[in-house]
Amino acid sequence: MKARTSLLLGSLSAALVAFALTSPHVVAADKVDPVADAKAFQNFFFQKFPDVKHEDFVNGPYSMNADMKRQWQEKEEFPPYEFALDAGKEMFATPFKNGKTYADCFPNGGIGIRQNYPYFDEKEGKVVTLELALNRCREANGEQPYSYVKDEMAALTAYMAFTSRGKPMDIKIPDDPRALAAYENGKEYFYTRRGQLNFSCATCHVQSPGERIRAEILAPALGIVNAMPIYRSEWSGMGTTSRRFTTCNSQIRGVPFNPQDDEYRNVEYYLSYVSNGLPISGPGARP
Amino acid sequence: MRIKMRNSVFTLVLLAAGPTYAVAAGSEDEFKAAYAAAEAANKEAGKLRNQWTTTANTLAAAKKAADAGDFDKATASAKEAEALAKASIYQATSEKTRWKDMEIR
Repeated sequence: MKARTSLLLGSLSAALVAFALTSPHVVAADKVDPVADAKAFQNFFFQKFPDVKHEDFVNGPYSMNADMKRQWQEKEEFPPYEFALDAGKEMFATPFKNGKTYADCFPNGGIGIRQNYPYFDEKEGKVVTLELALNRCREANGEQPYSYVKDEMAALTAYMAFTSRGKPMDIKIPDDPRALAAYENGKEYFYTRRGQLNFSCATCHVQSPGERIRAEILAPALGIVNAMPIYRSEWSGMGTTSRRFTTCNSQIRGVPFNPQDDEYRNVEYYLSYVSNGLPISGPGARP
Repeated sequence: MRIKMRNSVFTLVLLAAGPTYAVAAGSEDEFKAAYAAAEAANKEAGKLRNQWTTTANTLAAAKKAADAGDFDKATASAKEAEALAKASIYQATSEKTRWKDMEIR
């Protein structure tokens, strides 16, 4: 009887100890911790693809497939985004009707700053992407905003990315609960399954990078935004980050949101933050 | 011969009555109810920010069939659209917590 009681008490104490040990983890897991997230996110890819150089993840499918990489390197001698780059450079320098230019709207005259976008605007309480900042700049100077998905917007962001090539992504999350909420909402969006095909962003870009989906090789999520905007052969033209998000949604049979809706701004914030430290490689070229 | 004749007349009557049956009030009402239910469910999916393109396409197909007077087809499409919208609502609701299972930690 005594033995049974002590066994029971022993089991109870063990259970209590186990509970005490595990409960802080439950609390910790629910706490928003971007630093820990980014570390885990990057380690996941580094461990999954130990042969890929860390800075090479920004080259998307080319980091996953040697044949594709060789073809792409040859293409880069006359890159398909070159026209957009030239157009963007010219547009960037051309004054608005009021005589001001884009340079007046951005730190450092807009040169070499791509790695700092998107940022959290504490005044507005929301994430501001580079595309959004460009259109706001236009509107503040009496110009019509551009379409968010291609053409002029892609050209402008291509030029701004080009001036930032090689700079490590450097996204900040200020000590502001709204910024943490935006980051967390972006993370939720990234992992949430949607559309009739029941895919999340992570289904393709975390679970299956390097695998084929039809004729394409899926890019890793790590560094995926560093290459934006991109020329896609499938599009026969340039596309922005907004275009990438909206087309991903329609491809899985989900109704896309409007470009620059909160969901897209937040998911870009999340994806950019977890790619901190990896170089800007945009504009990119993809099949 | 008489039977054949009677059958032909019957067929003619049926053919003549066919379009009338197709636009019969009951069938149109059934379509309207099914379409309204599908639209309501799709609206709810919209509030959850999770509409599916297939729901919109199936709703459009239902409307097209109704405009052509084919209420059987229209009703079937509307019911299918409602089922799709309900599935998207289920997905949005369950993913509110399930997304965490996929997170890299």
